[in-house]
Amino acid sequence: MELPPPRKRAIRSNALGIGIATGAYGLSFGAISIASGLTIWQAQALSVLMFTGASQFALVGILGAGGGIVAAVLTAWFLGARNGLYGLHVAPTLQLIGWRRLVAAQLTIDESTAMAVAHEDTPAASRHAFWATGISVFVLWNIGTALGAIGASLLSEPEILGLDAAIPAGFMALLWPRLKDRLSWAVACAGGLVALALIPVTAPGVPVLGSALVAVAAGIWVWRRA
Amino acid sequence: MIWLAILLGAAGTYLEKLIGFILPATVLDRPIVRSIAGLLPVALLAALVIVQTFATGQAVSVDARLAGLAVAIVALMLRAPFLVVILSAAITAALLRAIGVAA
Repeated sequence: MELPPPRKRAIRSNALGIGIATGAYGLSFGAISIASGLTIWQAQALSVLMFTGASQFALVGILGAGGGIVAAVLTAWFLGARNGLYGLHVAPTLQLIGWRRLVAAQLTIDESTAMAVAHEDTPAASRHAFWATGISVFVLWNIGTALGAIGASLLSEPEILGLDAAIPAGFMALLWPRLKDRLSWAVACAGGLVALALIPVTAPGVPVLGSALVAVAAGIWVWRRA
Repeated sequence: MIWLAILLGAAGTYLEKLIGFILPATVLDRPIVRSIAGLLPVALLAALVIVQTFATGQAVSVDARLAGLAVAIVALMLRAPFLVVILSAAITAALLRAIGVAA
C-alpha cells in the first residue's frame, strides 16, 4: 500500500526535527568524549558502531573516570538491553529479511521506535516513520559527534570550560523523561544511593553496575505483584 | 584499551538490537524481562548522575559539578532543550571556578 504524499511529508519533517534535536546531543557527546580522553576517531567510531546514546555516554563517562573497560562495557550493555525489546516490538511491522534486517537492527533506538509506534495504526506509515527517523538520527547524530569532538579537541583544558560538569547534566537530561511515576522515582533514588554508598569502597565503575541490582530487584517486585 | 572497550561495547549493543529481530517473541516477551529492562536505564542513569557529580576516583567530593547539576535540573524543569541544559551546567561550573568559589 502506498502512503498518501502529505502523510509521508509530515513523517519526514518530524523525523528531520527529531534528527536535529539528536544532533545537538551528538555535539555534546563528541565534546564529552574528548574531555574524557578519547580521540576524535574513537568518539566517531562509537557513534557509528554503537549508535545508542545512553550506552555511549556511559562508556566514555566510566572510561574517563578511570572505571576500566569491564565496568564500562557492562554498563553500556545493560543500558542497551532495552533496544532488544524495541526490536521485538517493531520487527513484525517492518517485516524484513536479509541485509535490510541487519541495517534496521542498528537503527533500532528510542527515537525510531517511538516514531514507529506513534504511526502503528497504518503499517506503511509505521515503516516509513521507522526508517526516516532512524536514518535522520543516524546521520545527524554522527555529524554532531564529529563537530563536537573536533571543537573540543581544539581546546587545551576542558575543565576550565566546565565540561566535566556537563557530563552529570547530560545523564540527568537522559534520566529526566524516564521519571514518569512513583516507581521510577523510587528506583532512581535507590540506584543513586547505592552508587553513592559504593563510591568509596569499590573501584571506579562498580558503583554504577551495583545500581543495576536495584533495577533487577524492583523489576522482580513489580512482576510478583502483577 | 579504549578501542577494545569500543569494539566489545558496540558488538554487544548491536547483538542486543539484533536479538529482538531474530528471536521468537515468546522467548523475550515476558513480563519479568519487560519490567527489568524498563527499569535498568532508570537505575543506571541515576547512578551515573551521582557518580559523575560526586566521585573523584574513589573519593566523594562536593565541587562545582554539583552546582552545575542543580542548574541543569532547573533547566530541565523549565523544559529547556538538551544543549541548553548541558551548557548551563558547564557555564555554571566554569564561572564558579573562575571566581574561585568552588573547585
